[in-house]
Amino acid sequence: MTDATEVSKTEVTRTVGANGARQLTFEIFRFNPLDPDSAPRMQNYTLQEEPYMTLYRALNKIREEQDPGLQFDFACRSAVCGSCGMMINGRPTLACKTLTSDLTETIRLHPLPAFKLIGDLSVDTGTWFREMGQRVQAWVHEREAFDPDAIEEPMDDELAVAIYQSDRCIECGCCVASCGVANTRAGFLAPAGMNRVARFMMDPRDTRSADDWFDVVASDEGVFGCIGLMACQDVCPKELPLLEVYAYLRRRALGSAFVRKRS
Amino acid sequence: MERIETTDVLVIGGGLAGERCAMEAAALGQRVIILSLVPPRRSHSCAAQGGMQAALGNCFKAAGDSPDLHFLDTVRGSDWGADQEVARIFSDNAPVAVRELAHMGVPWTRLRPGSNQYHIKGETVIIEEPAEKAGLIMHRDFGGTAKWRACYAAAGTGHAALYAIDGEVLRLGIEVRDRAEALSLIHENGQCHGAVTRCLRSGRVGAILAKATVIATGGYGRIYGRYTTNATINEGTGAAIALATGVVPLGNMEAIQFHPTGLWPSGILVTEGCRGDGGYLLNRDMERFMVELEPAKQELASRDVVSRHMMGQIRDGKGVDHPGGPHLWLDLRHLGEEHLTTKLREVYEICRDFLGIKPWEELIPVRPTQHYSMGGIRVNKDGQAYGMRGLFAAGEAACWDMHGFNRLGGNSLAETLVAGRIVGGYVAEFAADHQVETETGLVLGFLQETEQTIADWLARDGDGPNVYQIRDAMGEIMMGKVGIFRQGDELAAAVSELSALHASLDTAVLRCRDPGPNPELSFALRLKGMLRLALVCAKGALAREESRGAHSRIDFPARDDRNWLKRTLVRWGAEEETPRFSYEPVGLIDLPPGDRGYGHSSHVDMDISLQQYNETVLAQQQEQGLLPTREPMGASLRPGAWHDAEARAGLAKT
Repeated sequence: MTDATEVSKTEVTRTVGANGARQLTFEIFRFNPLDPDSAPRMQNYTLQEEPYMTLYRALNKIREEQDPGLQFDFACRSAVCGSCGMMINGRPTLACKTLTSDLTETIRLHPLPAFKLIGDLSVDTGTWFREMGQRVQAWVHEREAFDPDAIEEPMDDELAVAIYQSDRCIECGCCVASCGVANTRAGFLAPAGMNRVARFMMDPRDTRSADDWFDVVASDEGVFGCIGLMACQDVCPKELPLLEVYAYLRRRALGSAFVRKRS
Repeated sequence: MERIETTDVLVIGGGLAGERCAMEAAALGQRVIILSLVPPRRSHSCAAQGGMQAALGNCFKAAGDSPDLHFLDTVRGSDWGADQEVARIFSDNAPVAVRELAHMGVPWTRLRPGSNQYHIKGETVIIEEPAEKAGLIMHRDFGGTAKWRACYAAAGTGHAALYAIDGEVLRLGIEVRDRAEALSLIHENGQCHGAVTRCLRSGRVGAILAKATVIATGGYGRIYGRYTTNATINEGTGAAIALATGVVPLGNMEAIQFHPTGLWPSGILVTEGCRGDGGYLLNRDMERFMVELEPAKQELASRDVVSRHMMGQIRDGKGVDHPGGPHLWLDLRHLGEEHLTTKLREVYEICRDFLGIKPWEELIPVRPTQHYSMGGIRVNKDGQAYGMRGLFAAGEAACWDMHGFNRLGGNSLAETLVAGRIVGGYVAEFAADHQVETETGLVLGFLQETEQTIADWLARDGDGPNVYQIRDAMGEIMMGKVGIFRQGDELAAAVSELSALHASLDTAVLRCRDPGPNPELSFALRLKGMLRLALVCAKGALAREESRGAHSRIDFPARDDRNWLKRTLVRWGAEEETPRFSYEPVGLIDLPPGDRGYGHSSHVDMDISLQQYNETVLAQQQEQGLLPTREPMGASLRPGAWHDAEARAGLAKT
């Protein structure tokens, strides 16, 4: 115990700079697939830490001051658009809301696995989520056409809140990157896909029955492919209750299978 | 992928306005391609938080609401800078847009019948919500409105709307190219034929020819550098490529909105819904200064008014000290944990993630921050750009012009959907009547011009500035001298400093020459357009010698309806040295200019009658490039419909 404290004190003394801030080392994965001279490698950068420094700030400083070719993605920089998912010290999360003060002085950054690499820390989540959306037909299959002269159908606010809860997924891909199955089996719907299915399943405006969903959900590319590691729920930046989503889908799929067997 | 492709409709921008427009055109049988800098669900529409205005009149505090009241609030909010016919089209159609989203699956917060507790003007009140309205769409209060009107899905309204609309785009099988941008418009003799594009995955340049081209690229907040709530992608490229044609004018580029509650110093938006739901603004002495300064509306005056009062507090030394500069406080503590983690959940998350605080325990540091671009590509009421057939614009990229010199909170989300639907219908009609008719030589000319620009950037050497230094300098000038309070000498200095920066672009040097998307080159290709937008904003502000809405001149404090009841237009062709300014009447006037009911300001009255003013509008706008509209000017205005709207709703007539 005493030794550990001693060591960390030494660490702190060694790394605190003149203005009280740490000198950070970033180890960043580099590879530009379009450059024949580029090979995958780790590259180091050092940066003086600032108060409340986010990785949005840090990566932009590195690109603007040290390495203008560094590729990464940010848009909203307020954790709502889902652009900046990456592996930060081995854990998938949103870079824009990650404060350096919560990290070690050496910060390792990799692109999210399970997605096609565009370059360095930038991956093609857009194509993956588009394909998922098409596969689960991620729109309300409504009863009838919209009537512009009618007032809205009433809905219980409790239900609206529940749908909103599941609609909050920002498609950042962190859960996909954390998923043991999605990383090894390309067809797996993955947690974000399951959550999307559950969102439409619970929406009474959508006319699809459990039976319609059966083929999408009740296979090893769907909910029964999950091997139960549940890292997805741990890493989800929006704290979606993915455990509950899986339980809900399993229950619905089993119910539907039971009905099918009896008839 | 072919270097030159064709389609019926090309939509540049994959946010709510672009996608809603694409939906409408595709549903009417047109082949549509959407270009988007990011996957469409990451567009900045997703960041709209608090609400979408539509006069459904569902809850107790919304009783008696009507599109007439919404029209009045919007025109007053605009400080009479709006085109009133467009404001009318908008307010009449907003309820349909909200209900259509409900139909498409948006989980709007719904009305809970019976006793509900609210915080209104510093008091906790219990209101009995009517049982017969149970489960209908709920409203919250927003600034500058006579009734509770903002429809919302917690504090993620834009996200929910964008996901629903993008689902419809998926359903319709519309082709979306994400990580793609338009670098110039292909045009000749006042006709647009499509755009030169660049793929941000490969860096490849190509051309997409289209019968109709729509620009829906959002605002240009990033000309304010880091002093903006806008996403990094809001660089105004759509407005910039329209400006570069030299034919299409931009309207009211000096009309810039500052949101009262940007998080300080990161600039991240904290929704107006916080104040709508009862949040306070406090100064260093923990005084609710808005109560005394705006007794009628308090924290819920329009954004321009609240922002000015906040800067006034800071100027008077009542700001809270901070290494990045003084700020004020947003106090949500009395709203409680339950409310903040449900109806304002996104605000709670921002406080937790970026400040490490719980908003029911601690105060939030805020300061007015650039937020919205009222100006943009000047279009007629059908969305058709002035002076160029086949070019359309919708949403924040356009100056359609329902916002005039100040936009009301919640009106922009509603605008994207109302305009998207209307403009999309007209685009489909236009495309059905036209062919892609253009000479290959013309297209190759535009392509080669872009390729030459890229080659020049990559070839240039020397010790000139880098593009990020120029961007940062631009942001400092804009926030420092073209900000919330403006004055002639500072604006003149801004113009000369921005001109120097613009000139310095010729010596700016890239350090990255990597093949592929090259992030530094991508930014460099947008920077000239951004600087030109900054310049026309500063020059327009210098020329406008009055104060109207968000344009507040210390040296000309009165609104001047005698000389300035008009819209600034500016053209600046790529090859021209300097921009050309002109002016047009704001549009037909139905609600005569008067007091807004908040933000005590004086004004100089018109010296002609409304009838005299209105008689000149059509001819003067046509002279400025207004193209024929489907229906004659004024057909949708419904003059005088608002006359007894306030009395009917039990409001005092102003």
